Amino acid sequence: MPEASTRTATLKVYRGDREKGEFKTYKVPVEAGMVVLDAIHYIQQNFDPELAVRWNCKAAKCGSCSGEVNGMPSLMCKTRMDKFRPDEEIMVQPIKTFPIIKDLVTDVSWNYEVNKRITPFTPAEDANWTFYQEDIDRVQEFRKCIECFLCQNVCHVLRDHDRKDTFMGPRFMVRTAGLEMHPLDEADRLKFLKEEGHIGYCNITKCCTEVCPEDIHITDNAIIPLKERVVDEFYDPIGKFIRGVLGVDKKKAKK
Amino acid sequence: MSQYEIKEHDVLVIGAGGAGLRAAIEASSLGVNVGLVCKSLLGKAHTVMAEGGVAAALANVDAQDGWQTHFRDTMNGGKMLNNWRMAQLHAQEAPERVKELERWGAVFDRTKDGKILQRAFGGHTWKRLCHVGDRTGLEMIRTLQDRGVHQGIEVYMECTITKLFKDGDRICGAFGYYREDGRYILFKAKAIVLATGGVGKSFTVTSNSWEYTGDGHALAYDTGADLIDMEFVQFHPTGMVWPPGVRGILVTEGVRGEGGILRNSLGERFMFKYLPEATKNDYAANEEEAIKWTNAAVAGEKTDARRPPELSTRDNVARAIYTEVKEGRGSPHGGVFLDISYQDSERVKKKLPSMYHQFKDLADVDITAGPMEVGPTMHYIMGGVRVEADTCMTRVPGLFAAGECSGGMHGANRLGGNSLSDLIVFGQRAGAGAASYVKNLTGHPEIDKGQIEEAIEEMEAPFKRSEGVNPYDVAKELNKVMSTYVGIFREEGDLKTGVAKLEELKEMAKKAKATGSKSYNPGWHLCRDLHNMMICSEAIARSALSRKESRGAHSRLDYPNTEAEWSTCNTAVERSEGGMKLEHTPLPEMPSELKELFKKKEPSHA
Ligand SMILES: Cc1cc2nc3c(=O)[nH]c(=O)nc-3n(C[C@H](O)[C@H](O)[C@H](O)COP(=O)(O)OP(=O)(O)OC[C@H]3O[C@@H](n4cnc5c(N)ncnc54)[C@H](O)[C@@H]3O)c2cc1C
Ligand code: SF4
Ligand code: SF4
Ligand code: FES
Repeated sequence: MPEASTRTATLKVYRGDREKGEFKTYKVPVEAGMVVLDAIHYIQQNFDPELAVRWNCKAAKCGSCSGEVNGMPSLMCKTRMDKFRPDEEIMVQPIKTFPIIKDLVTDVSWNYEVNKRITPFTPAEDANWTFYQEDIDRVQEFRKCIECFLCQNVCHVLRDHDRKDTFMGPRFMVRTAGLEMHPLDEADRLKFLKEEGHIGYCNITKCCTEVCPEDIHITDNAIIPLKERVVDEFYDPIGKFIRGVLGVDKKKAKK
Repeated sequence: MSQYEIKEHDVLVIGAGGAGLRAAIEASSLGVNVGLVCKSLLGKAHTVMAEGGVAAALANVDAQDGWQTHFRDTMNGGKMLNNWRMAQLHAQEAPERVKELERWGAVFDRTKDGKILQRAFGGHTWKRLCHVGDRTGLEMIRTLQDRGVHQGIEVYMECTITKLFKDGDRICGAFGYYREDGRYILFKAKAIVLATGGVGKSFTVTSNSWEYTGDGHALAYDTGADLIDMEFVQFHPTGMVWPPGVRGILVTEGVRGEGGILRNSLGERFMFKYLPEATKNDYAANEEEAIKWTNAAVAGEKTDARRPPELSTRDNVARAIYTEVKEGRGSPHGGVFLDISYQDSERVKKKLPSMYHQFKDLADVDITAGPMEVGPTMHYIMGGVRVEADTCMTRVPGLFAAGECSGGMHGANRLGGNSLSDLIVFGQRAGAGAASYVKNLTGHPEIDKGQIEEAIEEMEAPFKRSEGVNPYDVAKELNKVMSTYVGIFREEGDLKTGVAKLEELKEMAKKAKATGSKSYNPGWHLCRDLHNMMICSEAIARSALSRKESRGAHSRLDYPNTEAEWSTCNTAVERSEGGMKLEHTPLPEMPSELKELFKKKEPSHA
């Protein structure tokens, strides 16, 4: 395998802010195994120290480096340069759903505001902290989320219809699901999901699931079960009454 | 003169990793007003990357475990140079802190009987690391983050602190800028907790991110605190070595904890050769015994076999790998082979999911089908700001430090898993210490106008240099100097050259220039970071030159032995008129009841 390479790649990187910007072209030498974030760093170090980009781990663990590479929402530290044809131009731009601060950096603070409104983990005073792996496999899937906000970025309710005023987005349905399905949590977030998070806006297009770098089954495992719970709670009064009479606990019944 | 915004808090916590978050939560729960500042977005601090686990003697898997054994392992790992009181508090309080995380919503992997599962790690006598697959840090930071957010702590994200202020000898505030647009911010605070993490960005090959420029170390040093044990830099034995772009990225010790085997190019399981005499009896004598241990661990059964030699302490494994490669028995890309592929592939994917993806996505290697190539990477600094163990206060009244930026807890070498536990134990103590300091404070410390102007001037200067150097070039030079002259193996000649080169670089760093606007400008940010990196690098190099012995992570080719006379002192540096002043200060002496723990030797096998 030839390991040294003299190939250069052509990158077109968005440079600018909210108001105005343009794609600037850079030629970057390609090394084996290089990722797009490496190329961005190369530009920063050698051509343009002002180029703004977020990153931390460079190993797909922190969710900082989200961007759109040739239109594909992805983590730049996980997008290999050898994915592209040698003569292909690589367009790198910030994620679209959030306002640009500068270059590849966007203002994602809205997400942190949404998170604050979700009722935190609430165990019973006298909870018994013995629980089993099978009780938490699902919750652990949701807790893998690295908050890259790529799912928020692609969801059409936020991206095309800009309903940040009302819709919480897939990331926070995943978060809510992780709390609701925790075997020892006692809080009820269903009213919140329906009336403030507007889970009903989601029409299960599954675009969020497709881009999740952590392979969380956002729609199938988080959103759909939550929707079912909301339906049971608000639109199925008879079922709810029967469960009440039989004393079937809402959470246990769903597990 | 530029404008700045003013904020006021009783306690200002700098850093939102595990230590900073835990400190903020504690202080705020004690009724003082808390502000929390971080350079990245919330939840992206280094803590998020921690993989293998958090060490706490819960004794869920190995019932024999207890704080005394954890304490002893930690001191032995640190080659007895640890601050004994910190090591004691850490071992005693880690179990409660971990259970508290669970009560706040953390979801750890479980044992068959429904308790927190624990895995083996280097230097730990018993299976002690509570974990969530190989993403323990993510679980921890998310849990703390959510707890903190709902407790009304005010968070300043993407905000970098560049200076601390004193009124007389007491802390009174801090100055910084927002990364977004470069606007300045002044914090009035009665107490400050530093929780800024480490210094890895001064080295070429490191597992650390851009944030690790030693800011807390430097802020403390510039404010009159002292730094101890700075010669002790941990090279993690297993970083990725190929392809070039990922060189240095961590391969968790969890791989070895789950039974990963190290071999050289001849196929030898070389770690058997490198076990130090003193601890040799704690490890398997041959492959057969090692395999027996691993099989039992995988099955969750007890065994009397001793643990495999790959689970020796990090300093030791890193030196072994370095030596194998140097002597020509390395892998094609200058590492050695780490193999877990002999185990059931579904189990490997379940126990080490992010390692599986990391290698598959970034290196085209399927770790369930073949070995990984690994080599040492700069990972952690044991040295840091000297603090008083119980309260975490530095010698500057009102200034506290916790987590990786503090010193003393880990001595000459940190055991894996002991950082995450350090963060929550001393984060909690620092938060409580700061709150109690604030409550007892009399008078109202004020910030001097002149100092603020100086802080602004320092930030403006890089833009005013018409002739100057690219800060990235200076950083690259610094990386080269540290990696070449102050690396894993050291000797007097190299260290002296290193110190001399650092002097030159200091001058170069003063010329680093920024261009463009203040809006999210990494080049400008780096100009300031260089100041901190230079202080930490100089402290590391000078401390290393001064310690004429080998101990833990500090290996001197010219002084290969560990010497009794060096076992009673810490290296300490502080700022003085004439530059960096270095002293050897006496190590606090352990009380006799704790000394007893090191006399009787329990048979140790797990
Ligand atoms: C890849 C990897 C894996 C690891 N795995 C493990 C493991 O399994 N077990 C274990 O025990 N340890 C592990 N460690 C070590 C451990 O993760 C770190 O030592 C620990 O997380 C440090 O925590 P901290 O709270 O001290 O700092 P960090 O989590 O690094 O947080 C530092 C904070 O300070 C902020 N900050 C820094 N400078 C400034 C400034 N000037 N102004 C404002 N804010 C600032 C940063 O933005 C950040 O929020 C690992 C480390 C790495 C790199
Ligand atoms: S499935 Fe729902 S949340 Fe996900 S992208 Fe589609 S509409 Fe948005
Ligand atoms: S759910 Fe997946 S895509 Fe969405 S923020 Fe989390 S990790 Fe990213
Ligand atoms: S840099 Fe952390 S996910 Fe890409």
